[in-house]
This record gives sequence, structure tokens and C-alpha cells, in this order.
Amino acid sequence: MTSLPTVTGDKRLGLVIDLDTCVGCHACATNCKEWNTSGHSAPLTDVNAYQAEQRGVWFNRVFTYEVGGQGPAARTVHFPKNCLHCEKPDCVTVCPTGASYKRAEDGIVLIDHDKCIGCALCSWACPYGAREMDEHQGVMKKCTLCIDKIYNTNLPEEDRTPACVATCPSKARHFGDFADPESNVSQLVRERGGFDLMPETGYRPTSKYLPPRTGNGAASAPRKLEPAPDLANAGKFLRWVDRVLSR
Amino acid sequence: MNPAYSVILFTTASGAGYGLLALLAVFAAAGVLPASTWLGFVGIGLGVALVAVGLLSSTFHLGRPERAWRAFTQWRSSWLAREGVAAVATFVPIAVFGIGWVFLNDTSGAFAWAAAATAVMAFVTVCCTAMIYASLKTIRQWNNALTLPAYLVLGLATGALLLVLVSALFGVYRPAFATLAATLLVVGLALKIAYWRHIDTEQPRSTLGTATGLGRFGEVRLLEMPHTEENFIMREMGYAVARKHARRLRVVAGLALFVLPLILLALALWSGPASVLPLGALATLSAGLGVAVERWLFFAEATHLSMIYYGRTG
Repeated sequence: MTSLPTVTGDKRLGLVIDLDTCVGCHACATNCKEWNTSGHSAPLTDVNAYQAEQRGVWFNRVFTYEVGGQGPAARTVHFPKNCLHCEKPDCVTVCPTGASYKRAEDGIVLIDHDKCIGCALCSWACPYGAREMDEHQGVMKKCTLCIDKIYNTNLPEEDRTPACVATCPSKARHFGDFADPESNVSQLVRERGGFDLMPETGYRPTSKYLPPRTGNGAASAPRKLEPAPDLANAGKFLRWVDRVLSR
Repeated sequence: MNPAYSVILFTTASGAGYGLLALLAVFAAAGVLPASTWLGFVGIGLGVALVAVGLLSSTFHLGRPERAWRAFTQWRSSWLAREGVAAVATFVPIAVFGIGWVFLNDTSGAFAWAAAATAVMAFVTVCCTAMIYASLKTIRQWNNALTLPAYLVLGLATGALLLVLVSALFGVYRPAFATLAATLLVVGLALKIAYWRHIDTEQPRSTLGTATGLGRFGEVRLLEMPHTEENFIMREMGYAVARKHARRLRVVAGLALFVLPLILLALALWSGPASVLPLGALATLSAGLGVAVERWLFFAEATHLSMIYYGRTG
């Protein structure tokens, strides 16, 4: 059913992405591709993988922005973006076939690839550009929040996190349950002022972003270095010391 | 937005087809058009053919056309599914009304009711088609109050031109048909001018600042793309037409779809029934070309919110 679930379960799973610590290494995008090309959404097809005009399905794309104009106050912010598993996902309700759906129990937005007709309307309805067509299979694909990893009881419990979160070397990505006010993600959002992307569109994304910190020097001009003192005006003693030390 | 030819053909052909069918139904039920076999066969046949060609071509842009039947299931939430259901349901009254007209030469009584149902369902179907686009909050050039009336009026206007042509072909033309087509074209022109003025002056609702949430730190500028080649999002949503070309194409659409057919219709009204057939054919041809350009622009001029992340305007 592409109508949104009327009864919601206990969990609302999503990510918190910390724009302060992300270093823009693209490990999340790479590990996402690695895991998902063989799981629930397999394969994440690449076309012309080793030649010009290569195209392919990626669930995670890392942008880099310059913020605060140019000059000393400007800063570089790396910005990973994938599906935000919205509370009001129009990508689900526009689907004519019932392939696109939002799970009641945990809020994850998924696609049933056996029902998808590849009309692309869901990708038109997503303001975040989170859905990509698999042109080889003719169906739409999207981030599953690694549904085949986070519930996989064959894995040790500490490994049951999305691939992008597990691989992040700077711990810029956090996975958790937003319905629980004491969960790691709820606390991070509360303490660091987590925010929604494009709140004006009303899609109410579950996943949140943490703003970069404005710490030392981030918004102030770099300190000027003092020039070396001029010895011409120094006394005899200091000039002698200078000569001795300069030998 | 990428102007897919299959979708342009679908919306323009089915719009004209439903417009023609609705007008045939109304005039036949009112007794303005005679219930003669060949008029019914050609008129309804042309309308159904246009609708069928449109619906078929809309399946060509699907990744898995063999599963198209699934698109009828989610009418509770999806305008695309509603459009599919309405389009198929419309064939039922068309069939009843068509059989009455073509085989029984009767467009009164129960067949008049079927004609009324045909007109209503044609209206509903075109509304659903328009709402597929008008309901998308991600595209401000579609998500406005002018999209729906433009689809309805342009469908009816192109249908009315076909009615002029078909009625002239069978010698049942009335000046009222040409007057109706001309009136609809004038309304259509006014709607399109208002539409173009609206999309040119409306401020985009979202910026890179709100899209990234970084606007609080000052101006946000794209420094690096996530990848070196164009991805699906950029090819599908990132289609951009040069402003200079868009202006020229608006003029082409305005002339071919509205001005030239209006002049030809005025000539037909002024010169009498004998010249209606060639003039009507020219007007229909011109409007057909014009509505295709208009629909191409409807897609090509539409900007998508997701492109903001790629450093473009939404």
C-alpha cells in the first residue's frame, strides 16, 4: 500500500550526520555501494563502469560546500546525503503500484523491486534527490537503512548498523531510534541542535544533521605574525648577544 | 525536468482525444450532431485513437512496461493510479455511447446518459493527468493553481479544433463550433500568459541555505560535486533550457497554438462553410505543433528542488 501507515510502531529509525566531523572521505558512499550491491537491493548496477560516461546507482552522495562567503570566515563543509526516511514521504504516496512503502514498525521507506514499474514518479516527488533508477533492471532503488544488516541476527550485535555508519572513520554518522528520547541519536539532536533539511517543504525527515561547531578561529580572522625586532636600535649588549648566537 | 517525448505525446494526444470525445458526446446528446454512422465512427474513432496512442506511449517511458497493470492499484493515494483507473473506466461509457451512435444511430435516451458520462469521465481523466504534475511540491512550475486549468482548456481547445475538422468533413459543421474553439483558444492563451508570468516572477521557495541548513553561517556555495559524471538525478531533474531559447519557444508556442489557429478560425467564420475544411485542417495542424512545443516547455522550464544540492536553482 502506498498510503502512509496510519498506526506507527514503537521505533523510528534514522541517521544523525555530523557536519562538524565529516572529513569528506566518501567511505560511507563506498561501503554503502559495497554492501548494497549484494543485499536487498542487489545489484546496484553500474553502466560504463570503466570508461567514459560512467553511470550507476549510489544511495549515498557526498557534496562539498563553501559556507560563509569568501575570505577568512569561509569554511568548507562536507555534506553526505542519502534518503532521510521522511515522516511524510510523497515518494511513497505518489507510487501507483504499491511498490514504494513506509514500514509502520520502524518508519523505514522501502521499494518492493518486484512491483516497481520504473515510472520514476517517486524520484520526481523526492526533494532530496535520494532515489536513483537502476537503468539495467528498469526499477527504482534507494537507501534501505541497510535493512538486511541492522536486523541480521547472523551478525554480531555490534555490526548491526548501516554500512555507512559502520565504516565512517570520523564517527560523523550515527544510527538509532528517534522514537526513544534517550537514544544516542535523540540525545545528539538535543545537545547539538540537530536540524531538518528543507523544513519548508513539509516532508519531515526522520534523519537529522548536526551543524558545524563555530569554535576557535572558525569565524574570526587568523592572527597576524609580528615582524622580527629590528636590532639596529638595540643596545650594545644585545647586539653582542646576537653576534654570539648567530655564529 | 527532462522532457520525455513519450510523456509529451501522451499528455497532448490524450488531452485532444478526451476534448474531442467530450464535445462529440455533449453535441450528440443535445441533438446538435446527427446520429449518422460514419460521423460517429470517424469522430469517436479519432478520439479513441488519440487517447489510446497517448496511453500506450505513456508506457514507453516505464522501466518495466509489462508490469503496467499494477499502476491501477493505488488510486487511494496516487494521482498516476487515479489517472490510469479513470482512463480505463472512461472506455465503458464511450463504448456504450459509440455503439448507440455508430451501430444503432441513436444518441438519445440511455445513450444520451452514456454520452453525459463520457463527457464527465473525460473531464475527470484530464484532471487526474494534470494533478500528477500539479501535486508535486518539488517542482514550483507545476505545483500551482494554473497547471490544472491549462491542461483542461488546452485539451478542450485542441479537441474543439478536431470537432471543427470532423464536422466539416461530414457536412455537419456549424459556425458555433469554430466560435467555441476560438473562445477556448483565447482562454488558453490568457492562461498560458498568466502561467509564464507567474513562473518568471515567483521566488524559489528553497535555497542552498535551507537545503543544507547551513544558511545560518552565511552564503552557501557548491565547492565540489559528489562525482565526476552526470547521475540519474541530474539527467532526469537537471534538464535546463537556455532562457533565450525558452523565450523564443514561448513565442513559437503562442503563435502556433493560439494566434495562427485564431486567425484561421476567424477566416473560416468570415468566408463561409466551403473553406472550413482546409482552414480547419491548417488550424489543427498548427495547434498540434504548438501544443507539443507548449508541453515540451512545461517540462523543460520546470526546475526540481533536488538540483539545489548540485548548485542550481530549484
